[in-house]
Amino acid sequence: MIIKRRTFLKGTVATGALTVAVGSGFIKPGSVMAAWPEEAFTQKATADAMSKLFGSASTTESGEIDLKTPDIAENGAVVPVSVTTSLAGVQSISIFIDKNPQPLACSCELTPGVEGYVSTRIKMGETSNVIAVVKTAKGLFSTKRMVKVTIGGCGG
Amino acid sequence: MATGTIKIRAQMTGDSTEVKALFKHDMETGLRKDKTTGEKIPAMFIKEVTCEHNGKAVFVAKWNVSISKDPYLSFKFKGAAKGDTVKISWVDSKGDTDSSTAQVA
Repeated sequence: MIIKRRTFLKGTVATGALTVAVGSGFIKPGSVMAAWPEEAFTQKATADAMSKLFGSASTTESGEIDLKTPDIAENGAVVPVSVTTSLAGVQSISIFIDKNPQPLACSCELTPGVEGYVSTRIKMGETSNVIAVVKTAKGLFSTKRMVKVTIGGCGG
Repeated sequence: MATGTIKIRAQMTGDSTEVKALFKHDMETGLRKDKTTGEKIPAMFIKEVTCEHNGKAVFVAKWNVSISKDPYLSFKFKGAAKGDTVKISWVDSKGDTDSSTAQVA
Protein backbone atom coordinates (compact mmCIF):
# COMPACT_ATOMS: atom_id res chain seq x y z
CA MET A 1 0.00 0.00 0.00
CA ILE A 2 2.74 2.44 1.03
CA ILE A 3 4.91 1.55 -1.96
CA LYS A 4 2.01 1.99 -4.37
CA ARG A 5 1.30 5.35 -2.87
CA ARG A 6 4.90 6.49 -3.25
CA THR A 7 5.09 5.59 -6.89
CA PHE A 8 1.78 7.28 -7.40
CA LEU A 9 2.95 10.50 -5.79
CA LYS A 10 6.17 10.52 -7.79
CA GLY A 11 4.27 9.98 -10.99
CA THR A 12 1.90 12.84 -10.35
CA VAL A 13 4.60 15.29 -9.32
CA ALA A 14 6.32 14.56 -12.63
CA THR A 15 3.28 15.14 -14.78
CA GLY A 16 1.58 17.71 -12.60
CA ALA A 17 -1.72 16.59 -14.05
CA LEU A 18 -3.37 15.72 -10.79
CA THR A 19 -2.06 18.89 -9.14
CA VAL A 20 -4.13 20.87 -11.60
CA ALA A 21 -7.12 18.63 -11.05
CA VAL A 22 -6.95 19.18 -7.28
CA GLY A 23 -6.54 22.93 -7.69
CA SER A 24 -9.57 23.25 -9.85
CA GLY A 25 -11.66 21.16 -7.49
CA PHE A 26 -12.38 18.20 -9.73
CA ILE A 27 -11.07 15.84 -7.12
CA LYS A 28 -12.64 16.03 -3.70
CA PRO A 29 -10.22 16.87 -0.91
CA GLY A 30 -9.79 13.94 1.41
CA SER A 31 -10.03 11.41 -1.37
CA VAL A 32 -7.35 8.85 -0.68
CA MET A 33 -4.70 10.03 -3.10
CA ALA A 34 -4.60 13.76 -3.63
CA ALA A 35 -1.24 15.06 -4.78
CA TRP A 36 0.90 17.60 -2.99
CA PRO A 37 0.13 20.89 -4.81
CA GLU A 38 3.71 21.76 -5.70
CA GLU A 39 2.83 24.78 -7.84
CA ALA A 40 0.85 26.39 -5.04
CA PHE A 41 3.57 25.78 -2.47
CA THR A 42 6.41 27.22 -4.56
CA GLN A 43 4.70 30.48 -5.56
CA LYS A 44 6.40 33.63 -4.25
CA ALA A 45 3.32 35.85 -3.92
CA THR A 46 0.31 35.14 -1.74
CA ALA A 47 -2.22 35.88 -4.49
CA ASP A 48 -0.46 33.54 -6.94
CA ALA A 49 -0.32 30.78 -4.35
CA MET A 50 -4.04 31.19 -3.69
CA SER A 51 -4.82 31.08 -7.41
CA LYS A 52 -2.83 27.89 -7.83
CA LEU A 53 -4.37 26.26 -4.79
CA PHE A 54 -7.99 27.31 -5.10
CA GLY A 55 -8.25 28.47 -8.71
CA SER A 56 -9.11 31.94 -7.43
CA ALA A 57 -7.39 34.56 -5.30
CA SER A 58 -10.53 36.38 -4.19
CA THR A 59 -11.67 35.60 -0.67
CA THR A 60 -14.42 37.06 1.48
CA GLU A 61 -13.42 38.49 4.85
CA SER A 62 -15.29 36.56 7.49
CA GLY A 63 -15.86 37.21 11.17
CA GLU A 64 -16.59 33.53 11.67
CA ILE A 65 -12.93 32.59 11.46
CA ASP A 66 -10.88 33.01 14.60
CA LEU A 67 -7.16 33.20 13.89
CA LYS A 68 -5.02 32.97 17.01
CA THR A 69 -1.40 34.06 16.84
CA PRO A 70 0.88 35.96 19.19
CA ASP A 71 0.98 39.74 18.51
CA ILE A 72 4.74 39.69 18.77
CA ALA A 73 6.74 36.57 17.99
CA GLU A 74 10.16 36.78 19.60
CA ASN A 75 11.41 33.81 17.63
CA GLY A 76 10.21 33.59 14.03
CA ALA A 77 11.21 29.94 13.83
CA VAL A 78 8.36 28.88 16.08
CA VAL A 79 5.12 30.84 15.85
CA PRO A 80 2.06 29.04 17.21
CA VAL A 81 -1.01 29.50 15.01
CA SER A 82 -4.49 28.15 15.45
CA VAL A 83 -7.52 28.58 13.26
CA THR A 84 -11.05 28.00 14.53
CA THR A 85 -14.10 28.52 12.39
CA SER A 86 -17.83 28.17 12.93
CA LEU A 87 -18.51 28.13 9.18
CA ALA A 88 -20.47 25.08 8.01
CA GLY A 89 -19.16 22.49 5.58
CA VAL A 90 -15.46 23.28 5.83
CA GLN A 91 -13.46 21.52 3.12
CA SER A 92 -10.02 22.89 3.79
CA ILE A 93 -8.11 25.29 6.01
CA SER A 94 -4.96 26.92 4.64
CA ILE A 95 -2.43 29.24 6.21
CA PHE A 96 -0.48 31.87 4.25
CA ILE A 97 2.33 34.09 5.54
CA ASP A 98 2.34 37.12 3.29
CA LYS A 99 6.05 37.99 3.35
CA ASN A 100 7.60 34.54 3.56
CA PRO A 101 9.66 33.42 0.53
CA GLN A 102 6.91 30.87 -0.11
CA PRO A 103 3.70 32.21 1.45
CA LEU A 104 1.68 28.98 1.60
CA ALA A 105 2.64 27.19 4.81
CA CYS A 106 0.04 24.50 5.04
CA SER A 107 -3.19 23.33 3.54
CA CYS A 108 -5.32 20.95 5.57
CA GLU A 109 -8.12 18.90 4.05
CA LEU A 110 -11.03 18.12 6.30
CA THR A 111 -13.57 15.34 5.89
CA PRO A 112 -17.17 16.04 7.06
CA GLY A 113 -16.71 14.67 10.61
CA VAL A 114 -13.81 17.01 11.35
CA GLU A 115 -14.43 20.26 13.22
CA GLY A 116 -13.26 23.58 11.85
CA TYR A 117 -10.12 23.71 13.92
CA VAL A 118 -6.41 23.38 13.14
CA SER A 119 -3.44 24.26 15.28
CA THR A 120 0.24 24.14 14.33
CA ARG A 121 3.51 26.08 14.50
CA ILE A 122 4.98 28.02 11.60
CA LYS A 123 8.20 29.80 10.63
CA MET A 124 8.14 33.49 9.77
CA GLY A 125 10.95 35.34 8.02
CA GLU A 126 9.86 38.84 9.03
CA THR A 127 6.94 40.85 10.38
CA SER A 128 3.99 40.00 8.18
CA ASN A 129 0.30 39.34 7.89
CA VAL A 130 -0.77 35.78 8.58
CA ILE A 131 -3.82 34.86 6.53
CA ALA A 132 -6.14 31.95 7.22
CA VAL A 133 -8.29 30.84 4.31
CA VAL A 134 -11.24 28.51 4.88
CA LYS A 135 -12.77 26.80 1.89
CA THR A 136 -16.41 25.77 2.14
CA ALA A 137 -18.97 24.76 -0.45
CA LYS A 138 -20.02 28.44 -0.54
CA GLY A 139 -16.58 29.73 -1.47
CA LEU A 140 -13.43 31.07 0.13
CA PHE A 141 -13.41 32.95 3.42
CA SER A 142 -10.43 34.54 5.06
CA THR A 143 -9.19 36.48 8.02
CA LYS A 144 -5.79 37.96 8.71
CA ARG A 145 -3.62 39.12 11.58
CA MET A 146 -0.39 41.05 11.73
CA VAL A 147 2.39 39.29 13.61
CA LYS A 148 5.55 41.19 14.55
CA VAL A 149 8.70 39.12 14.34
CA THR A 150 11.82 40.04 16.32
CA ILE A 151 14.17 37.33 14.98
CA GLY A 152 13.37 35.76 11.61
CA GLY A 153 13.12 32.02 11.31
CA CYS A 154 13.71 31.17 7.67
CA GLY A 155 17.52 30.95 7.83
CA GLY A 156 19.77 32.57 5.30
CA MET B 1 12.17 4.53 7.17
CA ALA B 2 12.13 6.56 10.29
CA THR B 3 10.75 5.18 13.53
CA GLY B 4 9.51 6.69 16.75
CA THR B 5 9.20 10.19 15.33
CA ILE B 6 5.52 10.72 16.17
CA LYS B 7 3.88 11.22 19.53
CA ILE B 8 0.09 11.19 19.49
CA ARG B 9 -2.54 11.96 22.07
CA ALA B 10 -6.25 11.61 21.31
CA GLN B 11 -8.53 12.89 24.05
CA MET B 12 -12.30 12.74 23.99
CA THR B 13 -14.34 15.63 25.42
CA GLY B 14 -18.09 15.19 24.99
CA ASP B 15 -18.59 13.93 21.44
CA SER B 16 -15.50 15.65 20.12
CA THR B 17 -12.04 14.08 20.01
CA GLU B 18 -9.00 16.32 20.05
CA VAL B 19 -5.93 14.83 18.42
CA LYS B 20 -2.54 16.32 19.20
CA ALA B 21 0.61 15.15 17.50
CA LEU B 22 4.27 16.03 17.85
CA PHE B 23 6.72 15.02 15.15
CA LYS B 24 10.50 14.85 15.24
CA HIS B 25 11.77 16.27 11.96
CA ASP B 26 14.36 18.90 11.02
CA MET B 27 12.12 20.60 8.42
CA GLU B 28 15.09 22.11 6.53
CA THR B 29 14.00 25.10 4.46
CA GLY B 30 16.73 24.91 1.85
CA LEU B 31 17.64 28.52 2.68
CA ARG B 32 20.01 27.84 5.57
CA LYS B 33 23.74 27.70 5.00
CA ASP B 34 26.21 25.38 6.63
CA LYS B 35 28.33 27.67 8.82
CA THR B 36 31.63 25.88 8.15
CA THR B 37 31.40 25.19 4.42
CA GLY B 38 29.11 28.05 3.40
CA GLU B 39 27.07 25.68 1.30
CA LYS B 40 23.31 25.62 1.34
CA ILE B 41 21.68 22.82 3.26
CA PRO B 42 19.17 21.22 0.90
CA ALA B 43 15.47 21.40 1.74
CA MET B 44 14.07 18.37 3.53
CA PHE B 45 10.64 18.61 5.06
CA ILE B 46 7.45 16.70 5.78
CA LYS B 47 5.12 17.16 2.83
CA GLU B 48 2.05 15.34 3.89
CA VAL B 49 0.51 14.14 7.13
CA THR B 50 -2.42 11.74 7.01
CA CYS B 51 -4.60 11.06 10.02
CA GLU B 52 -6.82 8.01 10.06
CA HIS B 53 -9.62 7.05 12.41
CA ASN B 54 -10.25 3.28 12.46
CA GLY B 55 -8.52 2.95 9.09
CA LYS B 56 -10.41 5.77 7.36
CA ALA B 57 -8.58 8.98 6.44
CA VAL B 58 -10.25 11.91 8.21
CA PHE B 59 -7.66 14.67 8.00
CA VAL B 60 -4.85 15.35 5.55
CA ALA B 61 -2.36 18.16 6.10
CA LYS B 62 -0.07 19.31 3.33
CA TRP B 63 2.94 21.20 4.56
CA ASN B 64 5.57 23.47 3.17
CA VAL B 65 9.08 24.17 4.50
CA SER B 66 7.58 26.94 6.60
CA ILE B 67 6.21 24.59 9.22
CA SER B 68 8.48 24.78 12.29
CA LYS B 69 11.16 22.26 13.13
CA ASP B 70 9.77 19.36 15.17
CA PRO B 71 6.23 20.16 14.03
CA TYR B 72 3.08 20.20 16.11
CA LEU B 73 -0.37 19.52 14.74
CA SER B 74 -3.75 19.47 16.38
CA PHE B 75 -7.28 18.98 15.08
CA LYS B 76 -10.67 17.85 16.36
CA PHE B 77 -13.16 15.41 14.94
CA LYS B 78 -16.51 13.86 15.83
CA GLY B 79 -17.75 10.28 15.72
CA ALA B 80 -15.08 8.49 17.71
CA ALA B 81 -15.55 6.19 20.68
CA LYS B 82 -13.15 5.47 23.52
CA GLY B 83 -10.59 2.86 22.48
CA ASP B 84 -10.79 3.68 18.77
CA THR B 85 -7.54 3.75 16.86
CA VAL B 86 -6.05 6.95 15.53
CA LYS B 87 -3.20 6.47 13.08
CA ILE B 88 -0.95 9.29 11.89
CA SER B 89 1.62 8.94 9.15
CA TRP B 90 3.91 11.35 7.32
CA VAL B 91 5.84 11.44 4.07
CA ASP B 92 8.75 13.84 3.60
CA SER B 93 10.34 15.34 0.52
CA LYS B 94 12.95 12.57 0.37
CA GLY B 95 10.26 9.91 0.44
CA ASP B 96 11.01 8.90 4.02
CA THR B 97 7.95 7.88 6.03
CA ASP B 98 6.83 7.00 9.52
CA SER B 99 3.55 6.18 11.16
CA SER B 100 2.24 5.67 14.65
CA THR B 101 -1.04 4.81 16.32
CA ALA B 102 -2.79 5.76 19.53
CA GLN B 103 -6.05 4.86 21.28
CA VAL B 104 -8.74 7.45 21.89
CA ALA B 105 -8.86 8.10 25.64
